[in-house]
Amino acid sequence: MFKFIFDIDTWQEIFEGIRKNMLRTAITIFGVMWGVLLLVSLLGVARGIENNFEKLFGDFATNSVFVWAQSTGKPFKGFQTGRPIRLKQSDVAAIKNNVKGLEFVVPRNQSQSKIVRGLKNVDVGVYGDYPILDKVEKKNLIYGRFINENDIDERKKVCVIDEDTYKQLFEIDEFPIGTYIKINSINYKVIGVYKKINMGGGPQGGIHIPFSTFQQVYNQGNNIGWLTITGRPDYEIEQIEADVKLLLKNLHEVHPEDERAFGSFNLGEAFKKFTGFLKGIQFLTWFVGIATLIAGIFAIGNILLITVKERTQEIGIRRALGATPREIKQQIVLESVFLTSIAGALGIILGGFILFLIDHSSAVTGEDAWLSNPTVNIPIVLISVLLLIALGTLIGLIPAHIATSIKPIDALRDE
Amino acid sequence: MGKTSLHVLKGLDLEVKEGEFIAIMGASGSGKSTLLNILGLLDIHDDGSYYLNDQLIENLNEKKAAVLRNRFLGFIFQSFNLISYKNALENVALPLYYQGMKRSERNKKALFYLEKVGLKDRAYHLPNELSGGEKQRVAVARAIVSNPKVILADEPTGALDSKTSEGVMKLLRQINEEGMTLIVITHEEDIANMSDRIIRLKDGIIVSDKKVIKRKIKK
Repeated sequence: MFKFIFDIDTWQEIFEGIRKNMLRTAITIFGVMWGVLLLVSLLGVARGIENNFEKLFGDFATNSVFVWAQSTGKPFKGFQTGRPIRLKQSDVAAIKNNVKGLEFVVPRNQSQSKIVRGLKNVDVGVYGDYPILDKVEKKNLIYGRFINENDIDERKKVCVIDEDTYKQLFEIDEFPIGTYIKINSINYKVIGVYKKINMGGGPQGGIHIPFSTFQQVYNQGNNIGWLTITGRPDYEIEQIEADVKLLLKNLHEVHPEDERAFGSFNLGEAFKKFTGFLKGIQFLTWFVGIATLIAGIFAIGNILLITVKERTQEIGIRRALGATPREIKQQIVLESVFLTSIAGALGIILGGFILFLIDHSSAVTGEDAWLSNPTVNIPIVLISVLLLIALGTLIGLIPAHIATSIKPIDALRDE
Repeated sequence: MGKTSLHVLKGLDLEVKEGEFIAIMGASGSGKSTLLNILGLLDIHDDGSYYLNDQLIENLNEKKAAVLRNRFLGFIFQSFNLISYKNALENVALPLYYQGMKRSERNKKALFYLEKVGLKDRAYHLPNELSGGEKQRVAVARAIVSNPKVILADEPTGALDSKTSEGVMKLLRQINEEGMTLIVITHEEDIANMSDRIIRLKDGIIVSDKKVIKRKIKK
């Protein structure tokens, strides 16, 4: 068999067959190439969608929960129903000390404010934040930096603005760092501009100022708007959510079964829904991919069937001249494996080129990009192509077997 | 064809000696082609015994049959049966390829035999660039290139005009004189008369088996 494969005569025989049957060769190559190309594009686009989701969530700690205070729903310890509750800064330390599995506890505050720069003005949310927020929801900075500890300590009047606000207040490409904007008539120095992410939980965008500055300017004292809490990966965020709420109920003298006093939004849970959607896409990809493969296998088998049928007379001649069935089958198999391998390689290359084009199209680079880095897993593609070739050839062997098992005279008579 | 077997030959006894030139004649349906195909191991006989080169042919698998065809038998067909995408030289060299001969060697040999049939200058032409007579001479060269014991020709001149036919028959005569056994099917009397012995078949049995008196056509 090795001698057969490495025999130059074998290949000369095959190349002759290929060269002199160009149309058939072209159709075979095109059919297989098309299947592989579809497979590569499909896998690539699916991966792109997946990557995009990961990118959208990636900068956001998905194992997180938001907790805020509302008003009580049950009377407790002499307090009446409907007592308003505010989260306090002391709650942060208490949570950190008593709840297991925490990663970050980030107190935040927010207020809607009027922003003015020169003649331009805009109404956006202003957030009081700690530098640690950058760890929980990564800020993609276009210019400058995020709030740091020094800003907090010295209660600096500095701000980090989002891209939308920047576009509304500044000229195109104007360098914003070091300029001043007015928030509720107070001047703040711009120290950073960040790009807003499209997805996630909790409020997005707006202007971030140091938490300490916020507390002072908006007269908040020890009050906190809400808490963003993230859990360590090995802890269930649902449990942390429950623990935190129970602790807060204790601290604020709220009935343990009062469901109204503290509200929360579990991002981990929301993320799970998206993960489910992603799994659906993966399933669909695999399903369609395998179906494409099966179709490809039958396409190869079908082409080989036609090829062998068309060459039955030739096979008869070769048999009359002394070719053994084994020699004939080997030649058919080698020819088909050779052609389909070339076609598979072409399909991978063309599919890669299509993914390259997609990668540079608006689907990836545009404002509403729905794809990110569409790539394929090379081993998966290679295994698929090998499977395609092997199974397709096995199917093609059926007519070859028939052509070599009928009487030579019947093969010769085949017109 | 198919699974049902049709008994065409109804029992015949025929011995062909080495070096003989035999013509088989008969109306269509008389079984002459079937006889030739059985002799050529292209078809299978279901009863009786067949000795080829003193070797009993029975329970032959396709691999053994292929080897025997390659070593002992050469075929010439009415429709030439050249491989259309191979040139004359490649067609002639094909039996040698299946013998496992090296390319340069078999091309040399094929060219020699092409020269013998007078087609050396047409060696690199494809079959569809050749005339009918030329095609058949290529087929003759292919049949004799492996130096077989027996050449089996099924109406070799059936698709040729009389002048070309004569050329092909002269060629076959010449090959026979070099020692090869020739069995030719024909329905033309003058073609049959160029052989040594004429066997007439009718409905699957031999009705006559005569030596040809007139001999030696001038070259």
